[in-house]
Amino acid sequence: MSFVSIRDVRFSYAQEGEQPVVNAVDGVSLDIEKGEFIAVIGHNGCGKSTLAKHLNAMLLPDSGSVVIDGDDTSVEENTYTIREKVGLVLQNPDNQLVASIVEEDVAFGPENLGVEPSEIRRRVDEALKAVDMYEYREHAPHKLSGGQKQRVAIAGILAIQPQCIVLDEPTAMLDPSGRQEVISTLLKLNREQKMTVVLITHYMDEAVLADRVVVMDSGKILIQGTPDEVFSQVELLKKHRLDVPQSAELAFRLTGCGLSLKSIPLTQADCVAMLEEAMR
Amino acid sequence: MVRDVAFGQYFPGKSLIHRLDPRAKILMFIAYIVIIFCTFNFAALGVTVAFTALYLILSRISPKFYFKSLKIIIFIVIFTSLLNLFYGTGDPLWQWGIFKITLNGISRAVFVSVRIICLILASSCLTFTTSPNELTDAIERLMKPLKVIHFPVHEIAMMMSLALRFVPTLLEETDKIMQAQKARGADMESGNLFKRVKALVPILIPLFVSAFRRAYDVATAMECRCYRGGAGRTRMKQIHLSKRDVVAFITLALVIGGVIVCNIFVTSVL
Repeated sequence: MSFVSIRDVRFSYAQEGEQPVVNAVDGVSLDIEKGEFIAVIGHNGCGKSTLAKHLNAMLLPDSGSVVIDGDDTSVEENTYTIREKVGLVLQNPDNQLVASIVEEDVAFGPENLGVEPSEIRRRVDEALKAVDMYEYREHAPHKLSGGQKQRVAIAGILAIQPQCIVLDEPTAMLDPSGRQEVISTLLKLNREQKMTVVLITHYMDEAVLADRVVVMDSGKILIQGTPDEVFSQVELLKKHRLDVPQSAELAFRLTGCGLSLKSIPLTQADCVAMLEEAMR
Repeated sequence: MVRDVAFGQYFPGKSLIHRLDPRAKILMFIAYIVIIFCTFNFAALGVTVAFTALYLILSRISPKFYFKSLKIIIFIVIFTSLLNLFYGTGDPLWQWGIFKITLNGISRAVFVSVRIICLILASSCLTFTTSPNELTDAIERLMKPLKVIHFPVHEIAMMMSLALRFVPTLLEETDKIMQAQKARGADMESGNLFKRVKALVPILIPLFVSAFRRAYDVATAMECRCYRGGAGRTRMKQIHLSKRDVVAFITLALVIGGVIVCNIFVTSVL
């Protein structure tokens, strides 16, 4: 069985007794394997954040099931085992840091789990090194840049030693350099530590880096597949008011003008190479 | 503007004072407050001043910051010393109507100013050398016995440390909101007191709304990190009483002794 298995999950934010008007998540089924890097994209209100909160039992499905490593999230006793296995990083880096010193903040998670002090120290150092923030361990979080804060937030989750880390638009409030820092940290974690990463984002150029892209629209999964497969369907994405990476867009328009291209490029470098070839 | 207040800040360091057990520091601070209000003559005050000076020097924090911390209470110092100046008894040195200055008044004024300044310096020394987390941790441990009567010790400590964590964030936010309102033509600097207080409303409302939103986010983030109250929690930084703390307590005891001796044996100037 997959590490995460989501089966026909439906969820609505309607209060109890109220008739649900729309389901924020409306019949989603998804499997996530260990070590995968998945990007979930979709525009605002498509249910991607709601789905993220289902992965660590912050929200429980109205119907359907979410099973993490064999544990069903709807069983109350599993809640904390699941949160130890799946860490969730939120959008606003300021509101995730709970202590006034970086290392004490990173220690917050393991402290909650009742880990031995010497072991907490080891985990904190390791987590801070993994996100390249070790030399800032005694700084105050409010003096860090957005990207640094978000990396500390990731370290705070890593110190819990989860098997999967879910990030809900972690770069939405960051400047370009901060975004770059966070994304390269995630790639490093995925490549070097085989961490399962679920990245929720609305930046297409981030999604391109994933092993698998899941596109959501009105609470449903529209398409999923490798970045190549997904972003070659430019027309479908556009119909649902979704962006595609700039280079894919360019290729799409060129094709529309009658230029025949072998594949849709996803990165700038690919795009340049493709154009060079087409010019010849 | 609001951000360069030195009072209550923490400066990381490795000085002797930094390394004292925070519990010891808090207990000593409480004892210190009692002592400073039990000094009845200049000799006793001198002993406490010397003690304060010793700690300030040992804290290895630039005097600049101590001066800064005094800046915000300078008004209170002047106000109370003026009051005391005119309340002296004895032969007036100078008189104008009901206002008279006496030798007794002057010494009282000096005495009170020194007391207040010492108090502020000592509390600055405590907050400068103790991280907010150490402080709340120490308070949590010191209040632990209260758990017996179902006093929510952990919750209060958690609340305090979160409040301290978000002070700079909220200050920043206040600054931003003020600028945003100014950009829309809000006038906060002119008019009488009533008008100025009223001008604060458009700042406070967005600030509160955003604080509530933040609170919700923080709670979510804490839950994501397996927070479930104080039961079963461990701490990364263990605090133990060490030899240093014993030495600190001994100096404190000596100072208490000195103050008592001075109070009894030196004839009062007041």
